[in-house]
Amino acid sequence: MNDENEASQLTEDEKKLFEDLMPEDLDEILDTGVNRRHFLKLMTLAGGGVLAAQSAVAEQLFTKPIGLAPTDFSVASIENGVNVSFKVNGTTRKLMVDSRMTLLDTLRERLGLTGSKKGCDHGQCGACTVLVDGRRVLSCLSLAASCEGKTVQTIEGLAQGNNLHPMQAAFLKHDGFQCGFCTPGQICSAVALMDEAKNGHASYVTEAIRKQPGPVQLSNEEIRERMSGNLCRCGAYPNIVAAIREVHSGKPIEQTFRFSA
Amino acid sequence: MRPFTYTRAKDATSAINQLAKNPNAKFLAGGTNLLDLMKEDVERPNELVDISELGLSEIKAITNGPQIGGVSIGGLGKNTDAANHSLIRQNYPLLTQAILAGASGQIRNMATNGGNLLQRTRCPYFYEVAMPCNKRQPNRNDGPSGCSALEGINRMHAIFGWTEKCVAVYPSDMAVALAALDAVVNVRNASGQERTISFTDFHRLPGDKPEQDTNLAHGELITAIELPKNNFAATSYYLKVRDRASYAFALVSVAAALEVNGSKIVKARIAMGGVAHKPWRALKAEKILVGKEATAANFKLAADAEMADAKPLEHNRFKVELGNRSIVLALQMALNGGKA
Repeated sequence: MNDENEASQLTEDEKKLFEDLMPEDLDEILDTGVNRRHFLKLMTLAGGGVLAAQSAVAEQLFTKPIGLAPTDFSVASIENGVNVSFKVNGTTRKLMVDSRMTLLDTLRERLGLTGSKKGCDHGQCGACTVLVDGRRVLSCLSLAASCEGKTVQTIEGLAQGNNLHPMQAAFLKHDGFQCGFCTPGQICSAVALMDEAKNGHASYVTEAIRKQPGPVQLSNEEIRERMSGNLCRCGAYPNIVAAIREVHSGKPIEQTFRFSA
Repeated sequence: MRPFTYTRAKDATSAINQLAKNPNAKFLAGGTNLLDLMKEDVERPNELVDISELGLSEIKAITNGPQIGGVSIGGLGKNTDAANHSLIRQNYPLLTQAILAGASGQIRNMATNGGNLLQRTRCPYFYEVAMPCNKRQPNRNDGPSGCSALEGINRMHAIFGWTEKCVAVYPSDMAVALAALDAVVNVRNASGQERTISFTDFHRLPGDKPEQDTNLAHGELITAIELPKNNFAATSYYLKVRDRASYAFALVSVAAALEVNGSKIVKARIAMGGVAHKPWRALKAEKILVGKEATAANFKLAADAEMADAKPLEHNRFKVELGNRSIVLALQMALNGGKA
C-alpha cells in the first residue's frame, strides 16, 4: 500500500553511487527506494573507506530521510482499521491504521519519519516527543487514530530547507548530545518550551505562582525542571540547558566544552 | 496490545451510551495511563470510545447553585490548562502546584483532569502480569491472586488504610490538592442523570475489593470538577518528596492550606499523597490545628497525632517520620505563602 507517500527520489549522482558500490541492489532501490538494509550496507562501505571518492554524494544520502519500502507493509496485517487524516510537517497524510497503532509507530513505520525515536515506549523517556497542534506530547502514548484533523510537527519538520531551526543550531554549538538518540525528542520538547515560557506557563519551581500568567524568564533551574520529561543517558544535560538558555535569551552563551587540541 | 475497536464519540450522550452497552469498553481521553497499561497487558478493553474531542474543557467561575463563588474545571480539559488558568493560579495555587508537581510537560499536555483522577496505582506488582495481584486479578479463576507487595518490596507502598488484600498507593498529585480543597466531582450516566460525588468519597480504600479504585460506575463520565470558594489562596502549599528532583512519583506529598486570623488558625486542610490507596485527608491533624496559634510547635503536635495511626510495612517505615516532617514543613510553607 502506497499511502500517497513516494519513496524519496534519487539524484543521478546518487544512482551512480549505488550502481558503482551496490549493483546487486540497484533495481530494488530504484523500485522501492532506499530502505534500512541498503542504508546500513552503504554505511558499512563508508566505514571501510570505499566511499572516499564519492564522499559528497554519500553525505547527501546519509542526511536524507530514508523512504521506507512500502512493500514492508500489507493491509492484511491491519485489525480494526481506522481511517485517519492529519498533517505531518505541512503535508496532509491519509491512511488506514490498525486501531492499536501509536502515532510514533505510524511516523516511523508508515511515513518513513524515523527522526522521532522509540526509547522506552511507555512515556518515561521523552525520546518520542513531537508537537501536536503546537504542543509537545509523547507520540508513543498517542494513538494515530486520535490524531484526526491534527497538525503534527516532528524533528524532520523544524529546519527550513538547509537552514536549521535555531534550537537545532544551538544544540550543535553547545554539543547538546553524545549518542544523539534522545536529541530529536529533546529538541522538539525545547522548541515547545519556548512557547510555553512566552505564554506564561508556570512550573513546579516557579515562585510567582499566584501572579497573573505572563512571559517567564527561564533560569537553569526552570529549564531543568521543565525538561525533566526528556532523559539523556549520555548525561549531556549541562550542554542541553546551555543550548536552550541561548535560544530562550536570544543572547550568545559561551560553550561549556572545548575541543581537545 | 490486544485488538480493540475504536470509535470517535460525537457527543457526550452517545459516548456514555456506547460505553454502557459493553462492560469491556473504556473511555479514551489523554491515554497516558490507559495506553501504557494496555501495552503491559494489564488493561484489556475490547473497545475504546475516544472522548478527547468532546469539549467539556471549560474553566469558569460558578455563578449559581451550591458552589457559587467557586470554580468549575471541565473533566476533559488538559492538566496544563487547568494549572495555568488565571482563575486557578490566583484562587487555587495549591492545585496549580500539585498538577505541576506531577508527570512531565509532555504528559500534562495530554492528560485530562478527569483522567488524572482515574490513574491506576504504579505498584510494580500490579504492572507485572506474571505476579499475583488482587487489584489486577481479583478472581482466582483467572489466574494467581494475592498481594505480592504485602511481603515483597514495599518501599513505595501504603502506611494508612491498607488491607492484606492490597497495600498499593494512589499516584495522582492533582487529586491530593483536590482532596484538601474539598472539591466535588460531577458525573453523568447513560440515563442522562447527573450526580455529584464529594472528593473524599470519590476514591476508595482497598477493603476487600482492591480492584475497585473509585466509586465511579461503569459508563459514568466525569463532566466537571468543582472547587468551592475558600480563603486559602495566600496560605497554601503543595510539598512533594520524591527520589528524584523531578518526574517521579511521590514517596510522600502534603497539600496544606490554612486560613489564619491574626495568628490563630481558623481553618486547616491537609491531604497526603503516597501513603494510602486514596488521597489521605489528615483529619486528626486538621482538628488539632483549628483554634490554635499557627506555630511550629502546634504543627508538630498535629503531625504527631496524624502519624500515630500509621501502620508501616517492612520497607517503608521511613515514611512515618518523613510524613511527620513533611506535614510540619508543608504547613510552615503554606503559612509563609510558599517560602520555607
